[in-house]
Amino acid sequence: MTDDTGSGKPFGPVAAVFVAAGIASLILGILTTLAEASGSVKSALEWSKSVGPLMGKTLLSSAVFVVLWVILAAAWRGKTPQPKKIFTLTAILVVVGIVMTFPIFFQLFEAT
Amino acid sequence: MHLSSREWWTVVHGMVLGTAFLLAFAGGLAGLYSLRPGLLTDEGIGERARRLKFGTWAMAVAAWLTVITGSFIVYPWYRAEAADSPKSLLLANPSTADWHNFAMEWKEHIAWIAPFLATAVAFSVTYYGVQLVKEQGIRKNLLVAFCFAFIIAAIAGALGAFITKAAPIS
Repeated sequence: MTDDTGSGKPFGPVAAVFVAAGIASLILGILTTLAEASGSVKSALEWSKSVGPLMGKTLLSSAVFVVLWVILAAAWRGKTPQPKKIFTLTAILVVVGIVMTFPIFFQLFEAT
Repeated sequence: MHLSSREWWTVVHGMVLGTAFLLAFAGGLAGLYSLRPGLLTDEGIGERARRLKFGTWAMAVAAWLTVITGSFIVYPWYRAEAADSPKSLLLANPSTADWHNFAMEWKEHIAWIAPFLATAVAFSVTYYGVQLVKEQGIRKNLLVAFCFAFIIAAIAGALGAFITKAAPIS
């Protein structure tokens, strides 16, 4: 068993960026739903008065994307996780993230 | 024929960057689809790979610039507390309130997923370069992710166009 795919290049760096993108999408969804459910979370994410909590949600998820990409790229350097598993995991994370940013979903948790 | 600075920013956000995004997607899609050994010579693969890198990075950069200008420049004008802000006008009328409660609420969040995916595809294309032609399974998955990033951005863009039609920023 080798660590290479058909091109001779390890899949690890590509796996890292895709998993980071998936988790960042999920974090965006989680923050969106949490901000709807909790006034204190919403306030905590309001880093700018004019932009509102969108500022915290988007900058935090973008930071997660970059930081996780770097960490996973280091962890998977020279390795080849199974591409099918990585792309499936990414798809699941992105779809769950989209569902959690869908207003009909996250408004179910609206703080009263 | 006069546009205010706010209107100029909406043009940059929606039309200039939106058009760049669309063009880059079309180029990237054609490149990714046709990067197959049976369709190209060795020279053709090299040339196609260079164009593919440019197209995918152009789409990723356009996606980032679109969400950054939209969220941090245009959106504050949309959601201002003034009675004549687009958000206030939409919410004041029950027949238009869903343009905010559904359309803007979804658009402002979902749009940010597009640059994550577009960057992942652009990095992968750059990482493999001409070797991507030997990675047909990965190429197909990149194609799916690239299209998915486009669909997400298209949803956000379409909702934005409808919202602007209902309550423009001026």
